[in-house]
Amino acid sequence: MTLVLWIGILLGGGVLAWIAGARSPRAARWICLLALGLDLCLVADYWISGPGSVAPPADGWMTRFQVSWIPSFGIDFHLGLDGLSLLMVALSLFLGVLAVGCGWKEVQERVGFYHFNLMWVLAGILGVFMALDLFLFYFFWELMVIPMYFLIVIWGHENKTYAALKFFLFTQTGGLLMLLSIIGLAYFHYVQTGVTTFDSIQLMNTTLSLRTALVLMMGFFIAFAVKLPSLPFHTWLPDAHTEAPTAGSVILAGLLLKTGAYGLMRFGVPLFPEAARVFAPAAMAIGAVSIVYGSICAIGQTDLKRLVAYTSVSHLGFVLLGIYAGNRIALQGVVMQMIAHGLSSAGLFILVGLLQERIHTRDIGKMGGFGSIVPKMAAFSLIIAMAGMGFPGMANFLGEMLTLIGSFHVNAVWTIVATAGLITATVYTLLFFQKPFHGPPPASWRFPDLSGREVAILSSLVICLLWLGLYPKAAFDTADPALARLQERAATTTQTAAAEPGK
Amino acid sequence: MQPVSMMPLNLQPLLPILVLSAAIVVVLLAVSIRRNHGFSLFLTLAGLAGAGAVIPLARHAAVRQVTPLLLLDDFALFIVAIILASSFAVALLAHSYLQRRRENPEEFYILLLLATLGTAILAGANHFASLFLGLETLSVSLYAMISYTRSGRLAVEAGLKYLVLAGASSAFLLFGMALLYAELGTLQFEDLAALMTTAPPGGVLILAGIGLMIVGAGFKLAVVPFHFWTPDVYEGAPAPVTAFVATVSKGGMVAVLLRFFLQIGMPRDSSLFYVMSAIAVASMIVGNLLALLQTNVKRILAYSSISHLGYLLVAFLAGGAAGSKMATEAVAFYLVAYMATSIASFGVVSAMSGTDRDADSLEDFRGLYWRKPWLAAVMTVSLMSLAGIPLTAGFIGKFYVLAAGMEASLYALVILLVLNSAVGVFYYLRVVVAMLWTPETEHAGAGAHAPSGTPALAHEGAAGLPPGTTASHAPWVPLTAGAVLSALLLLLVWLGVQPAPLQKVIESAVMTLK
Repeated sequence: MTLVLWIGILLGGGVLAWIAGARSPRAARWICLLALGLDLCLVADYWISGPGSVAPPADGWMTRFQVSWIPSFGIDFHLGLDGLSLLMVALSLFLGVLAVGCGWKEVQERVGFYHFNLMWVLAGILGVFMALDLFLFYFFWELMVIPMYFLIVIWGHENKTYAALKFFLFTQTGGLLMLLSIIGLAYFHYVQTGVTTFDSIQLMNTTLSLRTALVLMMGFFIAFAVKLPSLPFHTWLPDAHTEAPTAGSVILAGLLLKTGAYGLMRFGVPLFPEAARVFAPAAMAIGAVSIVYGSICAIGQTDLKRLVAYTSVSHLGFVLLGIYAGNRIALQGVVMQMIAHGLSSAGLFILVGLLQERIHTRDIGKMGGFGSIVPKMAAFSLIIAMAGMGFPGMANFLGEMLTLIGSFHVNAVWTIVATAGLITATVYTLLFFQKPFHGPPPASWRFPDLSGREVAILSSLVICLLWLGLYPKAAFDTADPALARLQERAATTTQTAAAEPGK
Repeated sequence: MQPVSMMPLNLQPLLPILVLSAAIVVVLLAVSIRRNHGFSLFLTLAGLAGAGAVIPLARHAAVRQVTPLLLLDDFALFIVAIILASSFAVALLAHSYLQRRRENPEEFYILLLLATLGTAILAGANHFASLFLGLETLSVSLYAMISYTRSGRLAVEAGLKYLVLAGASSAFLLFGMALLYAELGTLQFEDLAALMTTAPPGGVLILAGIGLMIVGAGFKLAVVPFHFWTPDVYEGAPAPVTAFVATVSKGGMVAVLLRFFLQIGMPRDSSLFYVMSAIAVASMIVGNLLALLQTNVKRILAYSSISHLGYLLVAFLAGGAAGSKMATEAVAFYLVAYMATSIASFGVVSAMSGTDRDADSLEDFRGLYWRKPWLAAVMTVSLMSLAGIPLTAGFIGKFYVLAAGMEASLYALVILLVLNSAVGVFYYLRVVVAMLWTPETEHAGAGAHAPSGTPALAHEGAAGLPPGTTASHAPWVPLTAGAVLSALLLLLVWLGVQPAPLQKVIESAVMTLK
C-alpha cells in the first residue's frame, strides 16, 4: 500500500494543484511543493528507518503490492520495490521538488495545468520504476509521455510544436514495439503453461528459442534505446530538451532518460538473458559510439541548451555499456552514473534556464564575460560542469570509472573507445564554462545574480553530487542486493536449455 | 430455470424492436399533433430507454429464434444495447445542434429512430432477407438524415452521394445474395454454412457471391477501396448524423458480418482470407496516410475511421482464421471503444457548431483549450483513445486486437497495425496542437498578467475568433450535449482503467455465437 500511496500523493497533488491554480497560481505551486516534499519525506523515512534500511527478504522485494486488475488477461496491478527502484524513486522525487522550484518564476501562464502535468509525469515515472506487471509497466510508460508532451508543447520555447511531436512519435513508436513484444512474450508463456499472465516474474520462466528471444528482446531494446537515447534513435532528444521549459528539461534529462536505462536493467536483460548475452557486444558498441558521438556533437553546438542535451547522449552511453557488460562493478557504476547524471544534467539545465531568463538567448556566440556580472552563477556553473565531466570527488566520476572498469573485463576494445569520450567531455565542459563566463565583460549588460531560491536549488544539487562522490556507501549498499539478483538472472541459461517444448 | 414463453408467436425476444417501432409511431403522432422540439426529444429518449429496459426481458425468452429471419441471441441483444445507447447519445447531441440550426427539428428524431430500428434488425439478422430489410431501413433513413440541414450545400451533396453509392452497393449485395441462392438454394445463415462445407470446393458462384457481398458490406463499413464516399459524406452531414453514420450503422454491419463469417468460417489459406487481409491492410494504410493531408477535423476523423475499421478487420480475421473466442471478444470490445470514442469526437464538433455551419476546420479548434476547456478535454481524451494511448478505452481495444492477432499468428498484420497507429498519432496530435494554440498575447481569462502585444491581436485571442467564421463561440456548452460528452468522457476513461466489467458482458455475449 505504501507504494500506491507514493504514486497517489502525486496524482492527487496534481489534480488539487490544477483546481487551485485557477484561483491562485501561488497555491498551485505550494500544493505541488508540499506534496512532493511529503512524498520525499515518506520515501526517505522508508529508506533510512523503514524496510529500505534492512536487508531485503529472500525474494528480494522490500515491499510488494498486488491486486487483480484485468483478470481475463491475467493482468495485475503489481508494484514492487527493491534497492534499485528505491534509489530511482528517491531521485525522481528529489528532482521533482527542484523542478517545481525552478519553474517558480519561469512559468507564469496556466500555472495550475502546468503543475498538474508536472505531477503526473512524476507519477508515471514513479510507476515505471516500481511496476512489475508488464502491462502496468507499459501503462505507466505511456502515462508519463502525455503530460511531458503537454509540458513541451504549451510552455516550451520557439520550436516547441515540432520538438514535442518528434518526442511523442519516437517514444510512441518504440513503446508500441515494446507492447508487441510484451504480448508476444505473454502469448508464448500461455502456449507453454496455459496461464495467461503479464507478470514479469512469472514470464521469466518462459522458454524461448534463441531466435524468438532475440526478436522479442529487440522490441524492448528499441523502446528503451529511444528513451535512453542511444545512437540511431537519439535525434528527438536535442530538440525536445532544447525546446522544453527548464523544469521539463530537468525531468526529461534527469528522469525520463533513466526510465530507459531502468527498463533495460529490469526487463530488457533479465527477461531474455541468453539473447542479451548474444546481443551484448553490439549493445556495448552502440554505447561506446554514443559516448564519443554525443560528446563530439556537444562540442559543435552554438545553442547552450543543445550542448547540454548532447552531453546526455554521451553520458547515457556509459549506462548502455555498463548494463551489457553485466558484472557487479559495471552495474554499480551504471546505477551511480544514472543518479549522477540525473543530478548534474538537471543542474546544467537549470543553469542554462536561469541564464536564458536573464539574457533571453541561448546562443553561445552572444555570451561572454558574465563571470564578473554574476559570480555566484559562474561558481555553480563551474562546479556542476566539472561534475558532469567526471571530476574526481563527484558522483559522476565514480559512475564512469566503475562502468569502465567493469566493462574492460568484458570487452576491452569498446571500453577503450568509450574512454576516449572522457577527453572530448573535457572539451565541452570547458566550452560550457569558458564561453559564457570568461572573457571581457560586456559593457552594457547588467542582470541580477542568483536569488536565494536559486542558490538553494543549486546547492542542494551540489551537496548531493559531493555526498555521493565522497561517501557513496549508502547508495551502493541499497542497490547491491538488487543488482546481485539482476546479475544472477542475467547469467542463467534456463530459457534455451531445452528446445521449445510443444513444438 | 428460464420461464417458458407464453406469448403467441414467441415475440418476447423481439421486445426491444417492438418498443422501438412503437416509439416511432408515437413520435410521428406527437409531431403531427403539435410540434415541440423538447417533447419530441423526450419521447425519442423514452423510446430508446424503454427499448433498452426490455432487453433483460428479451434475454429470458426460452427460444431466441423469431421466425427464420431473426435470431436475437445474447450477442444480438448486446449489439442492440450499444446501438440504443449510441442513438441515445446522438439524439441528445442532435438536440442542441438542431436547436441552433432553427430548422424543423422534430422529424429528425423519427428518422433517427427508424435508422436505429434498421440497425437493430441487422444485429439480429440470421437470414439474407432480414439483413437486407435492416440495411435498407437504415440506409433510407440515412439519406434523409445526411441532408437534413437543407440550407447547407454540402449536406445536400453528401446526401445525394450517399444515396447513389448506397443504392449501388445494395445492388451488389443483392446480386451476391442471389448468386449464393442460385447455387445453394437457401438464404439462412446456418443452412448456407452447412451447405458450403459440403459443397464442392472452388464453386465459382459461391466465390462470386461472397465477393459481391463483400463489396456491399465494405461500402457500409467504409473500408478501402470502397471508402471514397466517406470523407465527403462525413464532412457534409450534420455532425450528429456523422457520429451516427460512423458508429451505429457500422456497428450493425460488423455484427452481421461477424455472425455470417463465423458461421461459414474463413480458413487461413482461403482466397476470402486474403481478400479480407488486403482490405484490412489497404484501409489501415490509405486511411492513415490520407488523414495526414487533411485540414478539416471531420475529414481527419473520417479517414481515421477508415483506418480503425482496418484495425478491427485484423481482429476479425484473427477470429475467422483461428476461430478463437478471444478474437471475437476483441472485435466486440473494439467496436464499443470505437463507437464511444467516435461519438465523443463528433459530439465535440457538434457542440461547437454554430447556426449555419459546422465548426470542423482546424481553425475552429484553435485555442479551444482556453476558450472551452471542457470540450477540449473531451476531444483530447477521445483523440487519445483513437490513438490507443493508455488510460482510455481505445488502448484496451487496441491491446485486445493486438493480442488476438498475435494469438492467431498474424504477425505481418499486427506489425502493420502498430506502424500505422504510430502514423495515426501524428494527425491526432495536430488537432491537439491546434487546440493548444495560444495567441501571441494572453487572453483575458488566463490570469493576472498581460504581457505586451498589439491590442487587435489581444482582442482576437480573447474572443477566440479566427477571422471569418460564424461558429458558436459562447464559452458555455449546450446542456444536453455537455451532459452526453461528460458521460462519454467518463466512459472512455473508465473503460480504459477498468475494462473488466465490460469484458465479462462481452464474454457471455459472444458465447452464443457460432
